Amino acid sequence: MLRLNRFSYVAPGDLDGALALMEKHGQDAMLMAGGTDLLVNIKQRLATPALVVGIRELPELQGYSLDRGWLTLGASTRLCDIEHDPRIRMMYPALSDAAGLISAPQVRTVATLGGNICLDTRCNYYNQSQEWRRAIGFCMKKDSPICRVAPGGDRCWAVASADTVPVLISLRAETTVVGPSGIRRVPVESLYQDDGLVPLTLRFGEIVSSVHIPPPDTWTTEYAKFRLRQSFDFPLVGIAASVRRDPDGNIADARVVMTAVASYPERASGAESVLRGKPLSEESITTAGHAVFRQAKPMDNTAGSIFHRKRMARVLVERSLRHIAGLPERDARTA
Amino acid sequence: MSSEKGTPLQSETSTFHAPSEPLAAHSSERTTQNFSVIGKRNLKYDWHAKLTGAAKYTDDLRLPRMIYGRLLRSPHPHARILRIDVSRARAMSGVFAVLTGKDLPIRYGILPSSQDETAMALEKVRYVGEAVAAVAAVDEWTAEEACNAIEVVYEPLQPVMSIDEALDPDSEKIHDWTKHANIQKNVLLEFGDLDEGFAEADRVFEDEYFFEGNTHVPMENHAALANWEPTGKVTVWSSTQTPHYLHRELARVLDLPPSRIRVIAPPVGGGFGGKSEAFSHELVAPVLSRLSGRPVLISLSREEVFYCHRGRHPVRMWIRTGVKSDGTITALDFKSTLDGGAYGSYGIATTYYTGALNTLPYRVPRYRFEGRRVFTNKPPCGPKRGHGTVQPRFAIEAHLDRIAGELGHDPAEMRKGMLVSPFSWTVNHLRVTSCGLPEAIDAVLERSGWREKHGHLPQGKGIGLACSVYLSGAGLPIYWNPMPHSGAQIKIDRGGGVTVYCGTSDIGQDSDSMLAYVVAEELGVDIGDIHLVTGDTSLAPVDLGSYSSRVTFMAGNAARQAASKLRAQLFQVAAARLDVPEARLGAAGGMIYDLEDTERQIPFAQAAQLAEAEFGTLGETGSYTPPKLAGPYKGSGVGPSPAYSFTCAVAEVDVDLETGILSIQKIWVAHDLGRALNPVVCEGQIEGGVYMGWAEAVIEEQVFRKGLHKQPSLLEYKIPTSLDMPDVDTTIIESIDPEGPFGAKEVGQGPLAPVIPAIANAVYDATGIRIDSTPIMADKVLRAIEMRRKQHAAAV
Ligand SMILES: Cc1cc2nc3c(=O)[nH]c(=O)nc-3n(C[C@H](O)[C@H](O)[C@H](O)COP(=O)(O)OP(=O)(O)OC[C@H]3O[C@@H](n4cnc5c(N)ncnc54)[C@H](O)[C@@H]3O)c2cc1C
Ligand code: SF4
Repeated sequence: MLRLNRFSYVAPGDLDGALALMEKHGQDAMLMAGGTDLLVNIKQRLATPALVVGIRELPELQGYSLDRGWLTLGASTRLCDIEHDPRIRMMYPALSDAAGLISAPQVRTVATLGGNICLDTRCNYYNQSQEWRRAIGFCMKKDSPICRVAPGGDRCWAVASADTVPVLISLRAETTVVGPSGIRRVPVESLYQDDGLVPLTLRFGEIVSSVHIPPPDTWTTEYAKFRLRQSFDFPLVGIAASVRRDPDGNIADARVVMTAVASYPERASGAESVLRGKPLSEESITTAGHAVFRQAKPMDNTAGSIFHRKRMARVLVERSLRHIAGLPERDARTA
Repeated sequence: MSSEKGTPLQSETSTFHAPSEPLAAHSSERTTQNFSVIGKRNLKYDWHAKLTGAAKYTDDLRLPRMIYGRLLRSPHPHARILRIDVSRARAMSGVFAVLTGKDLPIRYGILPSSQDETAMALEKVRYVGEAVAAVAAVDEWTAEEACNAIEVVYEPLQPVMSIDEALDPDSEKIHDWTKHANIQKNVLLEFGDLDEGFAEADRVFEDEYFFEGNTHVPMENHAALANWEPTGKVTVWSSTQTPHYLHRELARVLDLPPSRIRVIAPPVGGGFGGKSEAFSHELVAPVLSRLSGRPVLISLSREEVFYCHRGRHPVRMWIRTGVKSDGTITALDFKSTLDGGAYGSYGIATTYYTGALNTLPYRVPRYRFEGRRVFTNKPPCGPKRGHGTVQPRFAIEAHLDRIAGELGHDPAEMRKGMLVSPFSWTVNHLRVTSCGLPEAIDAVLERSGWREKHGHLPQGKGIGLACSVYLSGAGLPIYWNPMPHSGAQIKIDRGGGVTVYCGTSDIGQDSDSMLAYVVAEELGVDIGDIHLVTGDTSLAPVDLGSYSSRVTFMAGNAARQAASKLRAQLFQVAAARLDVPEARLGAAGGMIYDLEDTERQIPFAQAAQLAEAEFGTLGETGSYTPPKLAGPYKGSGVGPSPAYSFTCAVAEVDVDLETGILSIQKIWVAHDLGRALNPVVCEGQIEGGVYMGWAEAVIEEQVFRKGLHKQPSLLEYKIPTSLDMPDVDTTIIESIDPEGPFGAKEVGQGPLAPVIPAIANAVYDATGIRIDSTPIMADKVLRAIEMRRKQHAAAV
């Protein structure tokens, strides 16, 4: 049977306690919220912390509040609550959809929003047992200098795989981050960098305590996910598309964010600029789809094929935009 | 190549009359009577334990002082073992015992003709995951550390990872005895004059297909617990489908008299063929127990289960068929190449199975089959639900769909005109008894609205059909012996309790319930009065195991025979007591009564006491040996069965032409199972088969990268979730087989096979594209659609 590595577990009573523990134990300690990502990684010996600091019950990470139109959610908000809470679903249906598309109901009842934001990047040479990795050869992300996906290169291409993150970015969400040197407010987008090894810009010991989402105003957002099964699976590509329309119907602004095609949640800047200033029409949508197709550069380190994932990126963005525009589904017969 | 030619029979439709060995006391006069247990939607025998989680699977067992075993597995697909140093592991505190291949050097293998495995690798490793050493330690953490402390020096060899590489004469030999490249076995069977058949044909069609490998994924991971007692007796509890074969292999590899070994199969959480032979952990655990003086549990991880494998072979197939203009086959030529993985396993049988049932369910007057199996550096392939017949069925049914299309026939009507007759022989000497396939085809045609839909649905939507056939138990045992295939003992106690002893292993298919139903019906008692002792080689007579869909037919007949002997004793005393002729007695609901005056009755328990007084302790045995059916040619042992089940499936699909994604709207399936002993359980088996067929058709693939299984986990090896599962409409067809217990045949495996080609054929109906390899993944469909679009564009 696959066993967890042995570790000590402490669940401090408040955020300061957690920060102090992290400072004291340094790299030997790891934060755990729902544990649905971390515990699997420990079983596979991708992480071998001596101390696990439980933060899910921290009072500072709880709560739901509305302030001048901004919604603040504690980092410990469970994915199933984001999926089902009618208040959240009314304001940000795409966020609820994205949360509901994560894994399976059992996982969503323990997994948190903070954990999803801080989810480690994934790669099918990496998310494997220690024995398997030893057999194929360890990789740059753990225990070796070589990347198995692109052996000649000097970087890791592990894939940003969180479903709520592209939606949060498209919604212009921000986070409160608490660390040894104080509190800072960071846009969700700025939490990430294009580095599979160290995908988060958080400093060691920093904790995401809450997420703030601006009022939806006239933005409309959709999230679409491609996976091989209707449950369980991580995205092979996910697209969040937000548009804000002028009174005359033209697109004043667009935010299109892709997940699972790069090491960070990538803005589809080409598609965004194609859309800006244009009406949401068959033509602009097709052009945006083409731009996404060109920009999305998945590597061969997830399930599915590069061929298919690139095409799915285009189809997902087109379908989301058509839906927002109220255009009928394209007649498959002409496809 | 060895040529094994058989003599053709005069006519494939020659009818036969009496079954060669009519079964005593199994007269068909009772088949029309009202049953009190059989055919009712009864609860499963073990419903409470299974529903509440009380059932104790092997990994749930705990013995006093028990410790944990673990296997060190090879990280190389192909390598010579130069040196193993276990001294550091052995010296660790908490480590009780360490073993390597040299400690258990006796070769074994499930088939007498391929004894090519050892409990742990000896001089070479042949796939990633092959066991190399074993440790027993106080807990699993220590066992893991001890495994990490074992030093193995390997000399890596060139791995052979595909059929083509294995056929290449320059490829590295996996087993040094293979004559040509890495070919394990060639078989050739020929029945009738093929040239004549092709000459007679109006059209000849030729196609190639590939069936991807896939694996069983039972819910319960394999586990074994062994206790070697100081008295020299050893007990092994294991999640096995075949306690008897494990018993034999243990005796061989441990070099112990079988009389000292007891194998117990606790409830097994699914097998599907993946637990039907001995595995390293089962052979190693007893030795670890002997050395440590403690019971040892080895519980495999999911990843290790992928390495045990023995699942569906990847098969490359070529088919050439001569047909008359109405579709009737004049000759069938079929070739298969199986990617066997690193060892023999059941593979020679699998190879024959890719040819054996191709003469059914359509009339094939001349038939040639050439099969070969190659070794590759992957976990060994073996039997998975539908053993070796699923791959050729995909090929044949897709091929026939094309033929029907090109000849301008409705694929269903064309098939209906070609079916074998009940009670006939095939050209390769298969004896067919009951056959409800015409009724099955009609049922799915009717229920699916086939006639309105086929060829008439809009682009992107389609419907497809396929038929299949499967065995109700192999006619021959795995090792040659003249003894029964199944035995049962029944004891009746003074209170009316009935205990049935039978060596069957219930792997979730409900063989325990089957025994209870059959005996309860025969004796006329309540199911609640039946007690079962199964899956135990010391307490129960041999049953060969839960494979080849044999248990209901064989153990059911054995149990029924034992019960009918007891019934005769009880009727004798009841007749005297009630003063009624024995022939006028019936038994039901715990009473033995006069059929003509049902008020004249005697309770079963009272009859049991009278019988015990009259005859002494009440106990009887029953056994079942299949009739001798094998034809007069080498290789004829694979294919014969006392009865065949028949299935027809229709699938309706919706193909998203922009994404290639298939959604299966609904699957209609009708299965001829002889008689449903419990319709709920049968429906469950049929739905389970459809689920697995769906998975193999659309999503499952056991693929390798750089010598390794690419995705040995439940997250990345894709089997469908309940949300993916299409609607299934199930029809049970009862053809009442003359030799099956109460007329029953098989239901556990057959319904899987037609689902795959039915989906492939539906995809064609929807898109005009034939995908000739499984799985029919969205990626593949989309590539084909794009290719066609490009060709069209180029043509314009
Ligand atoms: C079978 C399976 C399928 C899955 N499918 C999906 C999927 O489809 N889509 C998807 O997005 N995810 C998926 N996941 C991953 C995971 O369940 C989710 O991402 C989940 O939201 C993680 O939350 P958690 O609270 O369980 O995180 P944890 O496992 O507790 O933590 C994840 C990481 O974040 C860090 N962390 C957690 N909270 C904070 C915080 N507040 N501040 C700083 N660091 C923090 C931890 O140290 C850890 O490194 C799947 C997981 C499994 C097991
Ligand atoms: S992308 Fe390369 S370095 Fe990164 S996890 Fe995968 S194999 Fe390792």
